[in-house]
Amino acid sequence: MSITEYFDLLFTDYTLRTISLGTAVLGIICGMLGSFAVLRKQSLLGDAISHAALPGIAVAFLITGAKDTNILLLGALVSGLIGAFWIRGMISKTHLKSDTALGLILSLFFGFGMMLLTYIQKQPNANQAGLDKYLFGQAATLVESDVRLMVIVTGIALLVVLLFWKEFKLLLFDQDYTKTLGFNTKFIDILITFFIVLAIVIGLQTVGVVLMSAMLLAPAAAARQWTNTLATMVFLAALIGGFSGVFGTAISATQNNLSTGPVIVLVASFFVVVSFVFSPTRGLLFKQIRLLKNRRDLQLKKTLQFMYGIAQTHENIDHPHTIRILNNFQGFTKKSLRKMEENQWILLNKQQWSLTSKGFAEAQNLFNQQTQHE
Amino acid sequence: MSNPQIEIQLIAALVAVSCAIPGVFLVLRKMALISDAISHSILPGIVLGFFITQDLNSPVLIILAAGTGIITVVLVERIQKTGLVKEDTAIGLVFPALFSIGVLLIAKNANDIHLDVDAVLLGELAFAPFDRFLLFGADLGPKAAWIMGVILLITLLLLYLFFKELKVSTFDVGLSSALGFSPAILHYGLMSVSSITVVGAFDAVGAILVVALMIAPAAAAYLLTADLKKMLWISVCFGVFAAISGYWLAHWLDASIAGSITTVLALVFLLVYFFAPNKGVLSVMYRQKQQRTEVSLLTFLLHLNNHQEEEERHINHLREHINWQQVKANTVVKLALDNNLISITNEVISLTQKGLSFTQAALEYIITNKDDKIEHLKDDFFLFRG
Repeated sequence: MSITEYFDLLFTDYTLRTISLGTAVLGIICGMLGSFAVLRKQSLLGDAISHAALPGIAVAFLITGAKDTNILLLGALVSGLIGAFWIRGMISKTHLKSDTALGLILSLFFGFGMMLLTYIQKQPNANQAGLDKYLFGQAATLVESDVRLMVIVTGIALLVVLLFWKEFKLLLFDQDYTKTLGFNTKFIDILITFFIVLAIVIGLQTVGVVLMSAMLLAPAAAARQWTNTLATMVFLAALIGGFSGVFGTAISATQNNLSTGPVIVLVASFFVVVSFVFSPTRGLLFKQIRLLKNRRDLQLKKTLQFMYGIAQTHENIDHPHTIRILNNFQGFTKKSLRKMEENQWILLNKQQWSLTSKGFAEAQNLFNQQTQHE
Repeated sequence: MSNPQIEIQLIAALVAVSCAIPGVFLVLRKMALISDAISHSILPGIVLGFFITQDLNSPVLIILAAGTGIITVVLVERIQKTGLVKEDTAIGLVFPALFSIGVLLIAKNANDIHLDVDAVLLGELAFAPFDRFLLFGADLGPKAAWIMGVILLITLLLLYLFFKELKVSTFDVGLSSALGFSPAILHYGLMSVSSITVVGAFDAVGAILVVALMIAPAAAAYLLTADLKKMLWISVCFGVFAAISGYWLAHWLDASIAGSITTVLALVFLLVYFFAPNKGVLSVMYRQKQQRTEVSLLTFLLHLNNHQEEEERHINHLREHINWQQVKANTVVKLALDNNLISITNEVISLTQKGLSFTQAALEYIITNKDDKIEHLKDDFFLFRG
């Protein structure tokens, strides 16, 4: 199947439509809430929580014996929340640092979950198969009711984000100020964490425990590069997340043996790389270009300064001098001289240069600017 | 106990010890999550190495995969240095991308590779004894034990040789570079050892258990001691204990060995987390409660000191005035009485001689704000603590 065929089928094929819609919605909610996680410097919280959700799934299965997605996800939600709040407790109550706390919760919960999963697999229970899809996710198993759940949760999350927009924003950037204004920071904090956990749990079925954190991070990290406004960032992140979902599904549908989860993550990572390099204000490419331009400018000014020094010793400023008296230490090259002529700072006449009045004024001003700044 | 059982426990214990040693330094250097990143991102290295060597246990593969681990570390540092995102975001971006590449490589070549993704995360310790190390036709035991043994020996040797340098650079980077040990070399040395250990252990116990074996024993030991040598010993002991009892738990439940070892580690950590003397949660909470009461006591005594008039010192008035709940007020008054700081006559509280000198000392601290004024305060005045 080629990409164009995929887009044709998107509107006719039921399965493909469901999966694409599911991954798109997942991308949107992850991008939206991931922005908050990234800005709160909780990027890896998502990783820890998604791993911590695993024992919840296993325990929910052991208790109910049902394979109903909603019940399993409820279990995941509970154990994800336990993990999230335990991390917080560990950081505040002991001298263990946040990285240790995250790593502990991540590995210990996951290991416990794996033990339970392997234990379940050995049980003589016909229902057991399919739990391990939560490890790497299988977008192909999405059905309409799953997508409906995703849409509902995303709707609620959107509503909450809009309702508490001001509070979330304040808490992100100035926690102490929020507190002095009389907001219940603890409540807002818990609310935001709860929804991040919720987004992670929703995505488990599609991209799985291991890669879920990238879904949360990558769109937000990419969006961050394009804007300094929270609203724009959240919107962009949701957009990028949604696109990653659809493109990832498209690519994995067009090839054999490509699991959807990893492909979505790679597409999102691609967006990150593009943003890192090409963002106009923060991007590496333009930063480098600006750096080179500044360096060239500085070199020009240096030459001009040197010329100014020479011109000052003469009565009339446009007295011509040979080019030879300039040397490399004054940042002079043939190209820079031509550039200076373009700026009408100097006049070139064969092997001689002379300062124009404009160039003289510029050089004088350069010096003044310096003293003014000091 | 049969022979394979002993061998499995031996391998598990070897893995536990070789993980615990770098783990201690990772935890102390606040780089615990790097082990998580490495353990995931070596996957593409392992797959590529497998294409080249066709043997999961070959040393070439271990070196190649460890190389991927170091690339991850460098990549994370590079991204972080651009200032575009914070360090944790950089980690979170790099390893899922590399892991995804690994998963896709496996999926695309599923027919050619004897590797599946479940095994990558979980490892299969139970099968480790079947892969024998044969030299000139003689059976020298399981290959995994030899690999881990060599890695452990190298780790121990490096630890012995560079213990002092590691110690200084872990706790004081500035001092260590002033003394002429390059922190960068030690940093990348530690990263290399961690990568190699992760790769070596990976085949036997899987990616996640490696992380658990690195972080959990070290974190538990860190709650028990502040001495680096003791911390190393304690985490090694915890690791070995978890490895062996985890094996028997798995045997009993018929579950994954790696998962069971992690579960035992979780239990060990949980116990230490709650019950560690001084740094455990219970003792911290107790201490905080104690401090709260003692600060309340101080406020209470200062209040008494400020008021000579009887109605201000009446026991009921105090409750209203300082706005304490009954229980709290009772605790504070009882503590003050026990320590002979106050006396009560006709429900009016007055400071005793001892109480007066206590408030004087406390006031002196409040005015000068010098720690040495308050350091001996509790020892001098308190018979009973809050």
